[in-house]
Amino acid sequence: MAVAALKEYQFAPADTMDKFHGAQLLYIGWEDHLMFCAPFAFPFPPTMRFGDIITGVLPGAYGYHPDFAQIDWKNVYWFKSGTPWTPDFNKSLAENGLKHKDVIRFHTPGLHGIKGSCN
Amino acid sequence: MDMQVAKKKLGLKERYAVMTRGLDWKPSYQKMEDIYPYIAYEGIKIHDWDKWEDPFRLTMDAYWKYQSEKERKLYSVLDAYVQSNGHLNVTDARYLNTVKLFVSGISPLEYVAHRGFTHAGRQFPGAGPRVACLMQALDEIRHAQTQVHAISNYNKYYNGMHDFHHAHDRVWFLSVPKSFFDDAITAGPFEFMVAIGFSFEYVLTNLLFVPFVSGAAYNGDMGTMTFGFSAQSDEARHMTLGLEVIKFILQQDPANVPIVQRWIDKWTWRGYRVLTLVAMMMDYMLPKRTMSWKEAWEIYFEQNGGALFKDLARYGIKMPDCTAQIALEKDHLSHQAWSTFYNYAAASNFHTWMPDEDEMAWLSAKYPNSFDKLYRPRYEFWREQAAKGNRFYNKTLPMLCQTCQIPLVFTEPGDPTKICYREVDYKAEKYHFCSDPCKKIFEDEPEKYVQAWLPVHQIYQGNCFPEGTDPTAPGFDPLAAVLKYYNLEHGRDNLDFDVSEDKKNFEAWRGQATKNV
Repeated sequence: MAVAALKEYQFAPADTMDKFHGAQLLYIGWEDHLMFCAPFAFPFPPTMRFGDIITGVLPGAYGYHPDFAQIDWKNVYWFKSGTPWTPDFNKSLAENGLKHKDVIRFHTPGLHGIKGSCN
Repeated sequence: MDMQVAKKKLGLKERYAVMTRGLDWKPSYQKMEDIYPYIAYEGIKIHDWDKWEDPFRLTMDAYWKYQSEKERKLYSVLDAYVQSNGHLNVTDARYLNTVKLFVSGISPLEYVAHRGFTHAGRQFPGAGPRVACLMQALDEIRHAQTQVHAISNYNKYYNGMHDFHHAHDRVWFLSVPKSFFDDAITAGPFEFMVAIGFSFEYVLTNLLFVPFVSGAAYNGDMGTMTFGFSAQSDEARHMTLGLEVIKFILQQDPANVPIVQRWIDKWTWRGYRVLTLVAMMMDYMLPKRTMSWKEAWEIYFEQNGGALFKDLARYGIKMPDCTAQIALEKDHLSHQAWSTFYNYAAASNFHTWMPDEDEMAWLSAKYPNSFDKLYRPRYEFWREQAAKGNRFYNKTLPMLCQTCQIPLVFTEPGDPTKICYREVDYKAEKYHFCSDPCKKIFEDEPEKYVQAWLPVHQIYQGNCFPEGTDPTAPGFDPLAAVLKYYNLEHGRDNLDFDVSEDKKNFEAWRGQATKNV
């Protein structure tokens, strides 16, 4: 459907990649850990190595949670837009096929939040 | 001898006719469509504007006299409240955060409503709705003023509300109410009337005003309470107008029904998402609760709204589908909202805190299906950590919904342990949503929502720092720069209530007022 309007109604989207100074947006959510109220939004260069997110960025975002230190990253399940997906930690975001405003989530087997309450 | 016969005074009905429809005229040298350019493009067909039944008989001179009397009373109560240091009589200083939320989140909307009704009134060819819109436009600007005046007294003593309008246009969570109203006033006059006049003022207003005003009354805030009572008669008039508008449009042409149904579906959901703020206010921010959010929703929407939609069935209008999802969310909404503000307490213009033991017991009694299982463990952990000096402040920015602009904090309908993610690809860009109704609203008018000013994305684009900021400078602190842009002072306007100046000052001042120190 189109917007009902008196004249032609076409405007540029506000969040195209060219506006982020060389970065692309990546959204990341941690399943079963709702203490973090929402998935996070990050601006990353497309050339960034995926593994650097795990070692350099996520500790600052999720490290408060006692489960975080116990994550065994080899056993983590990943999802991209809700479907199973396997990242290569040694490749860049672009090489992993991640585009601007993609959303990924990770599931950590055995770790389901404070007292298993998904928090 | 000629006798001077005293002219008979006009009766109420004649007087009303003369002062409203009598002021209208048929243009002779301009075309109607040039005078009222916005009236056809939304697809609503009106065949006879004279069929409009004025829902209330109020003329401008009577309006003026009546309102000035009411405001004189309001301001004398406010004066007395201020002179007696009434602010020290509120239940406790946590209550003031409700007032901060109101003045930065709601009062600016009153002003925008004023603009919206002025615009809609100008566009309607019928004199009846035009006069009704004019009066509502005046009500709305009066409400904005009286609210600001009532609440400005608190600004002398407490933090976070010193620049509420500046905040309204910038602070991340205030983009939720702001974008809601911006969406409405950028629609055509008919959609605006259905959005604000009907869906908001008629269907949802009791869920906004009753909680705030009775919350004020329960918590000793005579200023806000008096404002609420003063506005009440206006609100009753707004509700009548909202209902009349919808019935008039529906009766004029059967082709109007599907358009109006889509607007009702959209605006019930949009309004409900804004009421997330009210839900958490009721369940967490009022030291003395009035009722739970869930109870309020059941009384004011499920019962009263249910009766309304039954009444509208004869016009072919049905209850919006989204209400099934709202019913599933009512056990979770306020808890998810409060957790969000607890997370992002460093970037807000009011304080948050963890409920105490009694409050937790109240919450688990009001929410037996959800609180103890899902939210209590979270709160107990946060409370333990805070006691150890490790209060949780989430400093990573969240992912937002493209439509309602709320972070993706809501869970899947039916599974409160999973965040609800929805997405759409539109013209080579990806867009994300918190729910199916927000996704549907986008898909109906994507060109409108691709323009959304999403605070998180704007921060990452570098648009939310004070002028002259260099984000590439060594040691650049983005949160500090964003707070400066918000005109909020770190450590004063934000963070936990326990460490706030408000708490300290209130205790000291109330101590002086009640003890011999």
